[in-house]
Amino acid sequence: MIPLEHYLIVSAALFSVGVFGILTRRNAVNVLMCIELIFNSANINLVAFSRFIEGALGGQVFALLVIVVAACEAAVALAIVMSLYRITKQVNLDKAAELKG
Amino acid sequence: MSDALASLGRFLPELLLMGALAVVIVADLATQAWSLARSRNLLVGLTLAGLGAAFVASLGEPGGGSLFASMIADDGLLGVLRPLFALTAIFTLLFSLRAKELDGARMGEMVALLLTVTAALMWMAGSVNLVMIYLSLETVSVASYIMVGYRSSDRLSNEASLKYILFGAVSTGVMLFGLSLLYGLTGTLDLYGVRAALAAEDAGPALILVLLLVAGGIGFKIAAVPFHFWCPDVYTGASTPVTAFLSVGPKAAGFAVLIRFFYSGIAQPGADGTFAAVGGVDWQGLIIVLAVVTMTLGNVAALLQTNMKRLLAYSSIAHAGTILIGAAALSSEGIGAIVTYLVIYLFMNLGAFLVVILVHRVTGTFELEGYAGFWKRSPLLTVAMGIFLFSLMGIPPFAGFFAKLYVFAAAVEAELGWLAVVGVLNSAVAAFYYIKVLRIMAVDPGDGELPALRFSRLDGALLLALVTPNVVGILFGGALEQISEIAQRLLDLA
Repeated sequence: MIPLEHYLIVSAALFSVGVFGILTRRNAVNVLMCIELIFNSANINLVAFSRFIEGALGGQVFALLVIVVAACEAAVALAIVMSLYRITKQVNLDKAAELKG
Repeated sequence: MSDALASLGRFLPELLLMGALAVVIVADLATQAWSLARSRNLLVGLTLAGLGAAFVASLGEPGGGSLFASMIADDGLLGVLRPLFALTAIFTLLFSLRAKELDGARMGEMVALLLTVTAALMWMAGSVNLVMIYLSLETVSVASYIMVGYRSSDRLSNEASLKYILFGAVSTGVMLFGLSLLYGLTGTLDLYGVRAALAAEDAGPALILVLLLVAGGIGFKIAAVPFHFWCPDVYTGASTPVTAFLSVGPKAAGFAVLIRFFYSGIAQPGADGTFAAVGGVDWQGLIIVLAVVTMTLGNVAALLQTNMKRLLAYSSIAHAGTILIGAAALSSEGIGAIVTYLVIYLFMNLGAFLVVILVHRVTGTFELEGYAGFWKRSPLLTVAMGIFLFSLMGIPPFAGFFAKLYVFAAAVEAELGWLAVVGVLNSAVAAFYYIKVLRIMAVDPGDGELPALRFSRLDGALLLALVTPNVVGILFGGALEQISEIAQRLLDLA
């Protein structure tokens, strides 16, 4: 069986890629994809822990719920990006900077 | 099964809100052909009925014990916050009738979202399970993202909404990663199970990582520095009733989650009403740092603002910092002080936003210079704003003074006297920008030719309902004590 550490390393790597992407990407859709990476890194953790802890199925249920919520969040986020695109004709975050101060 | 059925009976306020939600959605579809004003009146009436019923159902002594197999705690904290959320939603709904930004907008989705968020806030305040905390927090967040972007043809509303969802999704994602690690450390999703596991065995440095990640998620909800960047932009871009709602409801729920997570999950109650951290990480320092940084940065940034909504955004950040002092006290008294503060904050902050809405109605601007000369146009409105601002400042005899008093007293009791001193100094800084607003309203001449203001009956009633608690708060010291006492009865302390 693959030891727990391997799962944790993969999830930590995924999390780091997600955070790096969020900090460097300027395209709103790219940032949303990086946010999905963070959610999925947490899902890997939850399922892996659930597999390795005796009698703890809660983690797998949690992961399923996270997938549903992440889908809802992505749907709303894309709707907002579309709506902004309709007005400004671009999805660059640096350009969405009318509010400041 | 019997547990779920028994729980339903004590879940009445949330069920009423869900029922009202179903009715409102159907009513919105059924009245598509009606004139705007007519369908609007019907929808607002139905929503008001639902919120009012939920408010009444949520009053009274909390049941104690937990609901739905230890998912939600039906304890004193939830008992106090449920009516607070319902009341905030009622005020928000009435504000939205008077907000110029929402004139001519269809209200169907707005009232449906408002009902959803209100119910989700109640779940959030009661959740004692990591899954429940995450789900309720996300429900509140996703619905608020849509509320902020409600005016979909407005550039600023969209931009605010995009910023909100990006910040929100990142911070809840980060928090989720922290929760998954906590699950790995303790092997359970139940907060009290987490505490038992941490008390049995120290978790070491991994717990520090978990706390920092989770603090990101909670800090986002309560708009604590350094997770506050969304706050001024979102407050400016959203329509003012939504801003008012966000500044009170989700903030209060965020503090409830903070109390649940830190006091029930990673701390153990002692004999004399104090709490001690478990798991080998002393997290009190984390909260103290958050409190000091949030207060100071919020107040200093507010000094520089020229837009009323941005000013109130930074003011709400500063208030979050002050409330965090209560959380740093690590005592039951601190919990009571936090909840009392939140109750009083509802009246003073919603009051200030109501004045902003009414001023925007006649001047069409949120800039501070638009407030010049209001003393001549409407002494009544100026005096009301004065009361709200003095209350926010924390000047006796207004209610805000007692809010601050309880929080500082809890800090002094916990031998954090210096933190209370920092809080008082910050209140002095805050006085500058609150008085600046008042000076502009009362002293600046403005354009002398503007006509006197007329208010509708609804405006008068709302102003009266919000001014009264701020002025006569002093008479209800006993009621405040009682709220504080009930709120301290957490699930395991009842």
